[in-house]
Amino acid sequence: MTRDNNGLGDLFREMLRIRIFEERVGELFVRGESAGSMLHLSIGEESAAVGVCSAMKDGDTFTTHHRGHGIFLARGANPDRMMAEIAGKETGYCGGKGGSMHIADMGLGHLGANAIVGGGIPAVVGAALAAKRQGTGAISVAFFGDGAMQQGILYEAMNMAALWDLPAVFVCINNQWGMGTRIDQATKSTDLHVRAKAFGLKAETVDGLDVREVQGAATRILDAARVGRPGFLAVDCYRFYGHARKDKSPYRDETEEAEGRKRDPVAFARAALTESGKAEAELADMEAAIAAEMDASIDYAIGSDEPPLEAMFRDVFAPGEPEPEPVAARLDRVLARE
Amino acid sequence: MESLTYREALGRALADAMREDESVFVLGEEVGRYGGAYGVTKGLIEEFGPERLLDTPISEAGIVGAAVGAAMAGMRPVAELMYIDFIGMTMDQLGNQAAKIRYMFGGQIGVPMVLRTQGGTGRSAGAQHSQSLEAYVMHTPGLRLAIPATVADAYHLLRAALTQPDPVVFIEHKALYAMKAEVDLAAPVPDWGQAALRREGGDLVIVSYSRQVHYALEAAEALAGEGIEAAVVDLRTLNPLDFETIRPLVEAAGRAMVVSEGPMTAGVAAELAARISEECFDYLEDPVVRVAGEDIPISVSTALETASVPTPELIAATARRLCR
Repeated sequence: MTRDNNGLGDLFREMLRIRIFEERVGELFVRGESAGSMLHLSIGEESAAVGVCSAMKDGDTFTTHHRGHGIFLARGANPDRMMAEIAGKETGYCGGKGGSMHIADMGLGHLGANAIVGGGIPAVVGAALAAKRQGTGAISVAFFGDGAMQQGILYEAMNMAALWDLPAVFVCINNQWGMGTRIDQATKSTDLHVRAKAFGLKAETVDGLDVREVQGAATRILDAARVGRPGFLAVDCYRFYGHARKDKSPYRDETEEAEGRKRDPVAFARAALTESGKAEAELADMEAAIAAEMDASIDYAIGSDEPPLEAMFRDVFAPGEPEPEPVAARLDRVLARE
Repeated sequence: MESLTYREALGRALADAMREDESVFVLGEEVGRYGGAYGVTKGLIEEFGPERLLDTPISEAGIVGAAVGAAMAGMRPVAELMYIDFIGMTMDQLGNQAAKIRYMFGGQIGVPMVLRTQGGTGRSAGAQHSQSLEAYVMHTPGLRLAIPATVADAYHLLRAALTQPDPVVFIEHKALYAMKAEVDLAAPVPDWGQAALRREGGDLVIVSYSRQVHYALEAAEALAGEGIEAAVVDLRTLNPLDFETIRPLVEAAGRAMVVSEGPMTAGVAAELAARISEECFDYLEDPVVRVAGEDIPISVSTALETASVPTPELIAATARRLCR
């Protein structure tokens, strides 16, 4: 789908949708309706998702890391089906089998969120290779966190993308924290885009505070990728909350958190809109409408059914292939002796 | 009929598949200009060009990961892993990504890729270039596993692998590449997922795959001279696993032996022995025995290497004790 993301108002709306969606994911957990607690919120990182996705086009493909709700929403995901997937329900994007960390939708070009740090990165090399071969004009974008900057697979993938001039882009959402380890505790080399430059990629680092800056940098990088110059973009931001829903970040000090949370891309865009004359009432209406949309997604998720048990043996292999024999059926067969 | 080596049959299968289907392409280390570490893709770059015989950096995880993405985007990649011993480098992309994408994403998409590799002893290649790691693959739900023993199967199983909707790991045996046979590639072969009965025999059933099929046949010939008739089953694919061919043979013979080059403990032979014991218990006269690789790394010394995996003599001696 194509969206009009040129104006800050639209970028703000998209960021606000992510912010409120993520808050509702937290609520889903508190109400005991999420499937597990492995829910990684992207609050504080909305400008990375919205800024980069606003430079993507229909037909582009992408993969995300485990903190990818915002990216998927920014590419046009339906919040009802997302929330249902996070709740492990049949109506979710993956029928309740994937969940928050394995959500995907081929229709929107989402080749999959990944629970392995760096795991989804090389798929964009293959997707970009296919796009180039097929002449589709599409690009493929890998989104990952700063933790993946220390994974070898990233360097294998960037090297291949550069070597073969592929329409591929690597986007590092640097929220400063990999679980409980701060970026400077994980590497001496915190100037991340320099590494990509060393591989021959067009690379930049951008401050994620102003989504317009992210959009500008992403447009430069993605446009170059479309004509065969692969790229890398690091977006600096801050992970407002814990690693996963249950984590209260006891390893971070309060001053750092307070400073980090000042770098709020949603508040920054809101202030800029107000300053440019946007009426407060209009912004409040927007917020109320989004809150209602996301409240409805919780109702939808809670009201949906769990997948039926018969679905358990489905989709290990392609439709039409014999399904694996359930253990109980096997035991019945083996123990049914004359 | 024509005379072909196992290596040539594999190359022929790739060439025929690439001629028929534009989406098929090969990627891996040394697959193009060099022609493959074991020469399987030799000459293909001249017909198909460097884009379809894509030489890659030495980046095994990246190769498999790129194949996953290309397969999801509508291509049919054949990734080559030079030695199965390098599978550890790829295990996230293979086991966590390729194998699980269809299931995790609720059946939205499959990953129709083939990972060609080779394993086994026979070249004094040492502990990191001689292993039989098919159990790693067989233990991972979502992966198909083909493991050809014959020249005809080298061709037909690879062609069939390239029509599968799901990821296939295709394991060749390094000691078989030079094996030559008179084959008629137009002659019918068992379907994908069906085992082949390579030899009939009513006293004992030997279930095997890959090079050990030839060792089992050699043993069976020796045993026949002593009045012991052993059937030899070549599984051809380990996933799907064709138990229906095994069952009636074991029920008739009452004895079964499983032969595998991989390490004994928790290996393919262990799985097969367990199945036979569970499913054919009432018909068995003796325990189902595993004749498998020792639970040790493979040595570069030819003497130690040879003694580390089953030999025709060990298979025959075990059969004699079973049928005594």
